[in-house]
Amino acid sequence: MGSTNSTLSKIPNVEELMQETGFTPAHIVRLYDRFEALDKEKTGHLRPQDFGAINRLAMNPIGDRIIGAFFSPGQETVDFHSFVRILAHFRPADKKHPKDPSMPEPVNSRTSKLKFAFQLYDQDKDGKISRAELLQVLRSMLEMQVTEEQLESIADRTIQEADLDKDDAISFEEFRKSLEKVNIDHKMSIRFLR
Amino acid sequence: MVLLAISRPSLASEATGNGTENTITTLPIVIWKWEEIHFPYLVALWVLVSWLCKLVFQLNPCLTRVIPESGLLICIGWVLGGIIYGADKVQTFRLQPFTFFFYLLPQIVLDAGYSMPNKLFFGNLGAILVYAVIGTCWNAATLGLALWGCWLGGAMGNIDTGLLQLLLFGSLIAAVDPVAVIAVFEEVHVNEVLYILVFGESLLNDGVTVVLFNVFDAFVSLGGAQIDAVEIIKGIISFFVVAVGGSLVGVVFALLISLLTRCTKNIQIIEPGFIFVLGYLSYLTAEMLSLSAILSCTFCGVCCQKYINANMDERSVSTVRSTMKVFANGSETIIFVFLGISAIDPSIWVWNTAFILLTLLFIFVFRFIGVFLLTWILNQYRLVPLDFIDQLVMGYGGLRGAVAYGLVLLLDENKYKEKKLMISTTLIVVYFTVMLQGITMKPLVTWLKVKRAAVSERTLAEKIQNRTFDHMLVAIEDISGQIGDNYMRDKWNNFEEKWLYWLLMTPIARKSCDPIFNIFHKLNIKDATSYVKEGERRGSLAFVRNESKADVDFNKKFGADFSEMIRDSVPSVCLDMHEQDLKMRESEDFDAHHLLQQHLYKGRKQHRHRYSRKHLEVNKDEHEVQEIFQRTMRSRLESFKSAKMGVAPPKKISKHLKKDQPQKVREACTFSSFPLVFITILLEAIGGKRFLINLNLSPGLAGIVNPAFMAEMDTMDPMPPMQQIPSWLAEAEVDSSNMVPSQRAQLRLPWTPSNLRRLAPLCLSTHSNDSFLLADSPATQEGISDPVYPDKTI
Repeated sequence: MGSTNSTLSKIPNVEELMQETGFTPAHIVRLYDRFEALDKEKTGHLRPQDFGAINRLAMNPIGDRIIGAFFSPGQETVDFHSFVRILAHFRPADKKHPKDPSMPEPVNSRTSKLKFAFQLYDQDKDGKISRAELLQVLRSMLEMQVTEEQLESIADRTIQEADLDKDDAISFEEFRKSLEKVNIDHKMSIRFLR
Repeated sequence: MVLLAISRPSLASEATGNGTENTITTLPIVIWKWEEIHFPYLVALWVLVSWLCKLVFQLNPCLTRVIPESGLLICIGWVLGGIIYGADKVQTFRLQPFTFFFYLLPQIVLDAGYSMPNKLFFGNLGAILVYAVIGTCWNAATLGLALWGCWLGGAMGNIDTGLLQLLLFGSLIAAVDPVAVIAVFEEVHVNEVLYILVFGESLLNDGVTVVLFNVFDAFVSLGGAQIDAVEIIKGIISFFVVAVGGSLVGVVFALLISLLTRCTKNIQIIEPGFIFVLGYLSYLTAEMLSLSAILSCTFCGVCCQKYINANMDERSVSTVRSTMKVFANGSETIIFVFLGISAIDPSIWVWNTAFILLTLLFIFVFRFIGVFLLTWILNQYRLVPLDFIDQLVMGYGGLRGAVAYGLVLLLDENKYKEKKLMISTTLIVVYFTVMLQGITMKPLVTWLKVKRAAVSERTLAEKIQNRTFDHMLVAIEDISGQIGDNYMRDKWNNFEEKWLYWLLMTPIARKSCDPIFNIFHKLNIKDATSYVKEGERRGSLAFVRNESKADVDFNKKFGADFSEMIRDSVPSVCLDMHEQDLKMRESEDFDAHHLLQQHLYKGRKQHRHRYSRKHLEVNKDEHEVQEIFQRTMRSRLESFKSAKMGVAPPKKISKHLKKDQPQKVREACTFSSFPLVFITILLEAIGGKRFLINLNLSPGLAGIVNPAFMAEMDTMDPMPPMQQIPSWLAEAEVDSSNMVPSQRAQLRLPWTPSNLRRLAPLCLSTHSNDSFLLADSPATQEGISDPVYPDKTI
């Protein structure tokens, strides 16, 4: 389509982006349109306030954390490439492509998805989910309905279940292990419209 | 036999019954009142007989593994039918359509709706509707047209039928049957998506079946000439009315039930009854309005389950659940037995080879074609596409059953000259699908390596994570600006929370119905139960010995409020236990804290076995392994303590080992290391010195590979696990002065990784005393060869 190609040509390094994330040109164009719609001041970058303008996100208990995940540590803005890269985590996994050990782990593999989810909990990025971090997430998700002590019990219980080396925190490996029965591909993918 | 004896008098007494009333000359002490009660008596007797059949074939378990229960019940039905026919020369007992549709089917459907996994159901609702509606229409149309084509071609000989009649026949036999699907898939355990697709389809296609049946029946009555576009359009409209109307009736009744359970706090004893009555009424109401009764009942169950489970007391909930299962299973049994009995009746059999064989062929072929076609279309839109193997199983799982038989019996003989042929064909089709496909389903599933059902026991971590994922997906959908499933689901959840919870649930229920909270609550209850059991084993909880420091004096702590608390919000009770837990931690009493933790942890894992309905879980968890180890250690020590000598025990050890090994060979546990550890304890007890035997776990020796255990040993931090050798172990020996050194020894015992390497268990098993002494010397050296397995060295 003519419009697709013209939009594609506006984006720098689009080939590399498609290669890395696996999105089709139609997806990229759609995401670019969305990016431009969010970027009200046309700076080519998104800031946290731009995300904040999405009303429904404010109602989401972990909305802030998700927004935070878009921004790499230290950076104040998100450019289109990072935007797409983060969203690529949520593409359904490609079953057809054979696993090529020499290539880097694809962005939407199970491990990458789990890493993304792990980062949501681990705000201080020390590689472990501590009890306090878990409590924070639980509090945001269960705020209205449970008391503080119950929340703490739940957090304790969860750590007890998952924590294998008894360091009172959940490392990435333990996290992954506790979710081995869950179909992550199913639970962490959305259908990107063409 | 009893039946015959009773049925005979029923026929005979009609002649003499009327005479007795007028001609008594003296006071009869006992009267034979058969003719007055024969109807309920027969009903009860038949129910009993059907259920006894289930007992009969359970006696031979290998039979049930090969043939599904439903098939066996049909076979028994044949036998019974044969007996009755032989005695009466006419089939006195048949499955009447009215009985089937109004007394036997509703509870099965209600149970199906009530225990439907809602999230899975609504998540796949699009696919289910496609299969149910389009798939069934396709099946009906192709079957009818194909049969008509063959009839025109003369393959069937001279039968008096027409296009419309064949289309009607096609429509009633095209539908996948919920009873048969439940019966067969229950035993196969395929993965959830596959199951819900077949099962959902079997329930929802009733809407289509009813419409098609009524439409074609009406068309046949009208005659072929009167059918024009108007009638066809009316037919299509009637589909929507019937299907949507039926569902709405179900939803209305679901609302009624939920509202009712909100108010029945004071009549909890009869609360469960309401569910059944209202569920049945939803079925009857839809039937009365000529809407789809099965859809109504299904949606009634589906929509109300969440609210009534939250509103009602736990005992009521479990009552409802159990009773529904009893009714549903009972009905299913009766249906299959009667399906067998009804066949033994020469008056209904008309054999037309071509018709029957062609029907079977076409059903099969068109089902597969339909499934593949529709799945190909669906896969363009599904997030997780269905793969080829799943499609195969889905096609093969299109079982026909009693509903088709019931419908065919409803046909009017005058309009359908070939009714008997249709009945015969239906019966053959039902037997074919239930028996043949039922028998081959399991091997097929295994052979094709279909993904099986995941263990559904959810940990708290998984539940929380699932919730996080849901929120995450909603957020991502918002950011990427699309309206997808998650958006809709989120919207529905918000609506539900805002309005429905307020309307339909009691205030207490509102708070506690959160899934994360729910599972936390359930886990707490399991722990509390196991804690109490453990405590009771050692005496009453109020007098628990001081060493353990697990001093939970319930009366003192909770006083009179205890029962109140339990009724009201059970989590508080468990929280207090956790409080205790925290207090103990604060008071630096590590022993007790770990003791308590140990109890809590162990309890949950214990119950994992018992609550699994389907099969006994082989629990490969590492903690479970530790716990088994500790438990057996304890029992060993107790037996040692009772022996009080060092001589007898080795025999015990060996027997114990031999006896236990074959039993527990499936458990990934470390029985191989017991004797070793035992030796150490005994030696330490006797010699009073601390001993660390360097032995390896030899995996090949006992045929048990437990990498989990070994790995666990290596990675574990020595300190806390040692203290986890519960002080109840130590505590058991507190009386015997002999045991003091062993207490210490135990505390240092097996958990240090380097301690456990290889072992020489069968030393003990073959020689008793000698090996014991034998073990004494090699303990300090390494490199002694094992007499039984000479190639392995200790």
